[in-house]
Amino acid sequence: MNIIGDTMARYEAIKEIMDNIEDELVVCNIGYTSRELYEINDRSKNFYMLGSMGLASSIGLGLAIAKPHEKVVVIDGDGSLLMNMSSLVTIFANNPSNLTWILINNGAYGSDDKQNTYSKSVDFVNIAKSIGFKNIHYYDEIDLKEIINSDDASFIVYNTDAGNSDVAQIDLDPITIKERFIKSI
Amino acid sequence: MDSSEAIYYGFKDTEIDFIVSAPCDNFSKLIEMIDEDDEIIHVPVTHEEEGIGICAGAYLGGKKPAILMGNSGFGNSINALKSLMELYEIPLIIVISHRDSEEHTIHDESLMEESTPRILEAMGFKFFKPGNGEAAYTDIRLSRDLCEEEGKPVSIILDEHYW
Repeated sequence: MNIIGDTMARYEAIKEIMDNIEDELVVCNIGYTSRELYEINDRSKNFYMLGSMGLASSIGLGLAIAKPHEKVVVIDGDGSLLMNMSSLVTIFANNPSNLTWILINNGAYGSDDKQNTYSKSVDFVNIAKSIGFKNIHYYDEIDLKEIINSDDASFIVYNTDAGNSDVAQIDLDPITIKERFIKSI
Repeated sequence: MDSSEAIYYGFKDTEIDFIVSAPCDNFSKLIEMIDEDDEIIHVPVTHEEEGIGICAGAYLGGKKPAILMGNSGFGNSINALKSLMELYEIPLIIVISHRDSEEHTIHDESLMEESTPRILEAMGFKFFKPGNGEAAYTDIRLSRDLCEEEGKPVSIILDEHYW
């Protein structure tokens, strides 16, 4: 695997996350995050969000409320969360216990040639705590499987470095992504 | 059937079971009815774009969603309506209301009201503009079929005289 930029840190992060995934529905952030997930572990239960930057957590929330007996995992990015910060409030208020929201925080608009985000000066764990989330963690301190199965919506921050791996575009059209996802539930 | 009941029964008779609401004071009676209905999940949101994302997720999970918003807020939802709903062909009913303007001295709502139909046309999205409850009830039923058929959002625009 070639590296674009300094590291392939997010690729490794997604790989680690997916090692813990069994039957969960995964909603994945736009751009390289989805492309890397597609390369690492393409499955019908992955929803690759191809547009609408910022909305992965909102899609995950709607899905988690609609399907309370399914586990939903959202793989998000810091630049995207910054575009939809109030999703933290909406998800906390609705508190779907089947939703696990993982923020890969690399301080960069990763798909955008390493344009920096404001995340370096922000502690997302403290923000989530101040909103009221009970189930907040740094990824390196937890067993992900345990958190996925815990009560209360959870918010997990995976701090890592910026950089994209040299992965191809997703060669599925949006309708196929949608239809096979719905069928898999 | 008053103006709020017309929309409520339109939703009920088209099996809408998931409603997202963004702030607009004209919806208060409708929202009370929705909250009393155990067959409908209601999720209030902080802004319209987020609401579109939640509707998309609910649809993936088997629900039939609709979203309520004011016409100023409609502007906040535009990208998501294209790059999420149209891209994945997710049907959605959008009810766009003009806010009560009697006490408004700043006409921000009127500016968006004038632009909303033109924006929808430019986006290639169909809409209805019912003048009373009876028409709104019928138009919601037509919207439901149309959005399923086209895989695109269909809007119901309610002006200040509707309520």
